[in-house]
Amino acid sequence: MTNLRRTMMFVPGNHPAMIRDASIYASDSIMFDLEDAVSPFEKDSARLLVYHALKNVDYGEKELIVRINSLNSGFGFDDIEAMIAAQVDVIRLPKTETAQDVKDVEEVIESYERKLGREVGSTKMMAAIECAKGTLNALEIAKSSKRLIGIALGAEDYVTNMKTRRYPDGNELLFARSMIIHAARSVGIMAFDTIYTDLDNVEGFKAEVELIHQLGFDGKSIINPRQIKIVNEIYRPTKKEISHALDVIKAIEEANEKKSGVIALNGKMIDKPIVERAKYVLSLANHS
Amino acid sequence: MINRVKREIPEEVRGNNKVFTGVHTDCKVVQRTAPKVRPIKLDEEKWVASIEEVIDKLNLSDGMTISFHHHFREGDYIINLVMEAIAKKGIKNLTIAPSSLTNVHAPLVHHIKTGVITNMTTSGLRGELGEAISNGIMKEPVRLRSHGGRARAIESGDIKIDVAFLGVPSTDLYGNANGVKGKTICGSLGYAQMDAKYADQVVLLTDTILPYPNTPISIAQTDVDYIVELDKIGDSDGIGIGATRFTTNPKELQIAELVKEVITKSVYFKNGFSFQTGTGGAALAVTRFLAEEMKSNNIKASFALGGITKPMLTMLEENLVDTILDVQDFDKEAAISLGKQERQIEISASYYADPHNKGAAVNQLDVVILSALEVDKDFNVNVMTGSDGVLRGAIGGHCDAANAKMTIISAPLVRGRIPTIVDRVNTVITPGESVDVIVTEIGIAINPKRRDLIASLSDQGIPIYTIDALQEKAYGITGKPKPIEYEDKVVALVEYRDGTLIDKVLQVKQ
Repeated sequence: MTNLRRTMMFVPGNHPAMIRDASIYASDSIMFDLEDAVSPFEKDSARLLVYHALKNVDYGEKELIVRINSLNSGFGFDDIEAMIAAQVDVIRLPKTETAQDVKDVEEVIESYERKLGREVGSTKMMAAIECAKGTLNALEIAKSSKRLIGIALGAEDYVTNMKTRRYPDGNELLFARSMIIHAARSVGIMAFDTIYTDLDNVEGFKAEVELIHQLGFDGKSIINPRQIKIVNEIYRPTKKEISHALDVIKAIEEANEKKSGVIALNGKMIDKPIVERAKYVLSLANHS
Repeated sequence: MINRVKREIPEEVRGNNKVFTGVHTDCKVVQRTAPKVRPIKLDEEKWVASIEEVIDKLNLSDGMTISFHHHFREGDYIINLVMEAIAKKGIKNLTIAPSSLTNVHAPLVHHIKTGVITNMTTSGLRGELGEAISNGIMKEPVRLRSHGGRARAIESGDIKIDVAFLGVPSTDLYGNANGVKGKTICGSLGYAQMDAKYADQVVLLTDTILPYPNTPISIAQTDVDYIVELDKIGDSDGIGIGATRFTTNPKELQIAELVKEVITKSVYFKNGFSFQTGTGGAALAVTRFLAEEMKSNNIKASFALGGITKPMLTMLEENLVDTILDVQDFDKEAAISLGKQERQIEISASYYADPHNKGAAVNQLDVVILSALEVDKDFNVNVMTGSDGVLRGAIGGHCDAANAKMTIISAPLVRGRIPTIVDRVNTVITPGESVDVIVTEIGIAINPKRRDLIASLSDQGIPIYTIDALQEKAYGITGKPKPIEYEDKVVALVEYRDGTLIDKVLQVKQ
């Protein structure tokens, strides 16, 4: 598994062919949806379908995430138990409003990890923020559990809650995006942007990905494999960035060999964030 | 007798035919046949009022061979109209030799049941007709031929056509016909040109009569006996049905992307290269992706071949392709363009793909992209029978074009619950010997005999598997398919393009 999460591909949990085929596309992670994509009448069958897919389909190195139903929906407990039994990598909480929402789900996860003999803490979590309250609590949510790999914006519910709609320029999401990226960065976890639903508007999608890339998001939720290449191209580092990253890593290695304490490149001191940035750039370059 | 691709050809149906021994041409001198010609009187008119009347003039009788073309594809009215008229006359035991048959030809089932049709050769069989034949409706096996193989068979006399009934979008009253003018255009008449040249009697059926001389002359007055005017000969919109949809399916797009990678990273991708793309969603997407790569690499193709589609025209208009050699048009836009574009050239089936002429266009082909219903571990390809053993496809120019310098088969690993990469195909249409690369959504397999391709495509970021690994992955998803149950009766014989028998199709068990 790479440390990259540029593309998180939504796959409806009630669609066998899409679940099977999700393995063949180059998204960094796959997010099987048991929540909004699945009608109440199909919740059980979708859960079983995703369980068997996680157990049997070869998804290679991809990170596997499942969006569960909320605990108070009547389906959440069964979702969590089945997904832990299937050894999912990450459980995604929908419509997170408070830190307590995360803690509640974590408690349930832990109890099933113990029941099923899994290592406690092995199941990671991510929280989707989809309303004004959750946005204002973003920092508390980001800090609420060590299991959290990141927080994500869910814009479709958010704009409804805000009594607005999605606009091409994305100004209606600017506050939420800013809150989420700041909360994530201040805690040291990742930030993921929302889906873009107009599949045929390639230019609109590009503009949105360029915006969230500029803001600092780690990646975007996508709804179709056609969107993967576009995201990866925008996240691909420039030749100059790659060459600088290689220089940084080389300088670090040379310094380590010489056991030199202070490391410099072209007269500038290299510190930990610069090294981390360089590693990230090389990882992006290797996978684009 | 077992042939080169390990298929048994039973002696009782083999007759005097040789069995398939390989894709090589033995270069033996062949003798062509010539048609009988009834010279026209100086003042004779060719116009006849109706199909019924022309049947009488032709002296059409029991046991004759009649032919048709399939340039209207799913929009063809001619075959059904003519057969209905013939049946009403009480004529029986006919052999029909259309260039292909499509879903619209289901009414032929009735004519088989009533003994009007007793023998058949075609490139394609689909729908109800394919099912009926797979269920043993005909006493004699259908002879399945590729487009190049049919041209060869007509020239050699293997198919001796007594009467060709040819739907033409326009003709003058003396028989100069083309497919680019008229109410119902179909573009190229490349397949029909064979029938016009070699049939003893040629009838043109049209819904547009134009002043003499009607040009361009695709079918010439020198070959035409009679002309019948009908209200409507077909539906131009039916040309593009089925084979030519443009895909948004992500899996097909992923396959197309990989095909493009294989082509552009091969040694063949250079100025002056030539290509043929087939039909189907992935093939059309390949054409589009290839055009983008050619633009950014400043590469032009010398010619594009085969069934022509709108994306190929766009390449011609953008000067990415110098010339289109057009034996058939797969959509209305391509048909219209043939009448306007000087660099889109109509060619006959013989020029396109005949293995026994002095040089077919497929011999000059660098890269071809073809589809498949099934591919097996020997790289053999089936485009004719479904996973239930029923006839539901068309050979087209598949095995003809597969002799290109690089033959790429694009196919998904599985379709629904059915594996595409299998242990052994139901029916061998194109022998693995002429297939070079299989492209699926997860990666490619290269024919082990193409060490040059293995060397040049390795380490290029393309996932390469062995064909066995692809087959295992397919079975890993679907499970191993149960063998199809057949009766003993042979319902069709598959000719390779040179006329040797490459496989048989058996009657399916009820």
